Amino acid sequence: MKRLFRLFLLLAVAGAGVFWWLTQPSRLDALPASMQGYAGDRANGELMFYAGGCSSCHAAPGSDDKTRLAGGVRLDSPFGAFVAPNISPDPKDGIGGWSALDFVNAMTKGVSPGGSHLYPAFPYTSYQRMKLQDLLDLKAYLDTLPAVAGKAPPHEVGFPFNIRRGLGLWKLLYLDGQRFQPDPDATDEVNRGAYLVNGPGHCGECHTPRDLIGGLRTDKWLAGAPNPEGKGIIPNITPHEQGLASWSNKDIAYALESGFTPDFDSLGGSMGKVVGNTSHLGAQDRDAIAAYLKSLPPLPNGYKAKQ
Amino acid sequence: MIRKVSIALGALALAGGIVAASASDDPIASRKAMMKNTGASIGVMGKMAKGEMPFDAVQANLAMRAINNAAIGVVHLFPAGSETGGDTEAAPKIWEDMAGFVEKAKAMEDVTADAIAFPAASLDDLKEQLGKLGGTCKGCHEGYRIKKS
Repeated sequence: MKRLFRLFLLLAVAGAGVFWWLTQPSRLDALPASMQGYAGDRANGELMFYAGGCSSCHAAPGSDDKTRLAGGVRLDSPFGAFVAPNISPDPKDGIGGWSALDFVNAMTKGVSPGGSHLYPAFPYTSYQRMKLQDLLDLKAYLDTLPAVAGKAPPHEVGFPFNIRRGLGLWKLLYLDGQRFQPDPDATDEVNRGAYLVNGPGHCGECHTPRDLIGGLRTDKWLAGAPNPEGKGIIPNITPHEQGLASWSNKDIAYALESGFTPDFDSLGGSMGKVVGNTSHLGAQDRDAIAAYLKSLPPLPNGYKAKQ
Repeated sequence: MIRKVSIALGALALAGGIVAASASDDPIASRKAMMKNTGASIGVMGKMAKGEMPFDAVQANLAMRAINNAAIGVVHLFPAGSETGGDTEAAPKIWEDMAGFVEKAKAMEDVTADAIAFPAASLDDLKEQLGKLGGTCKGCHEGYRIKKS
């Protein structure tokens, strides 16, 4: 009996050790030498700010001012409610004290400057695809925005999801650490669109269905999904007849500019905020997004008929 | 001539009767029809903005008037008891926050009234008006509609 207990204890300690080892937050220790001291291009940073939709979650709820990033928007997910934090340049309540490296680690590794895992409600699974230069430009732009005091309320996440360390396991499955790779067979326009959609735009985070533990179903990329925030659906945006087959490239670009579909319905739900961002992109970038979406393999809806 | 006019008037009266009956009998069908009609009106201006149709000030103004009509009446198409059924995409928030919903409808009424008072004289004017109008469509569809298909 005593031996059995010892064995159990040994296994538990070993198990905890393996868990601890597997779930260690992985970080970049330094920026590449070529990027150290890079000042950042604020104009491109502003473009990335709109492409990335930062303000959709981080601007205070109900506020029309997209540049005051006080946080506070709630994302009600099956795992609990996540509340977007303050990412204004306030040194105490926001991210004003973050270095460029801290910012890159949050955006691509999902790790806070203090070394803990961030929840993937913050879509670093997409942001990890971004070019380092674009990330540093974005940081340079965010630094110019007004500092807003006050912390956003904490997340409301129950056991076991409240154990952040466990996210290390989730990341082993879903955070591959790959930057965007252009397709050598595709046009520059399609590659630009692919970058915007799958990197900063993080379209797949809502338009792709998730598995039981919240990982994106890469076999159903952009095929539409049940709304992760509750009732209804997020539409299929592949060129399938259940998706965008009947939309021309121009229709897609115009919808991203104006919010109107080809039959002049208006986009709503969380896509309303997205259009508030994509309307700020250049026409060329909206055309590129359209060209990429139309180049995708057509897939049937990634959700069941009734939601 | 008189015959023609009376037939036309009769048809109008009949159409009016049908609309009235369906609005009271089936607010979900009525508001769906209203939304479709609004979409068609926006389509006239949207096609101009997209460059698929030449700019026409008279048509644009008529479209704004049609949408203004819809905006004035819209809140009455969501009476208590019409929360569910008929594949409605109306969000429960409409009835939880009727004051907020009314405010969104008022925004559309104001934007269209403005466009009627100061009709677009050029395509650029129209694009600007359409941008404001689109903002009011979105303003309501963001929070008060649940996309189901």
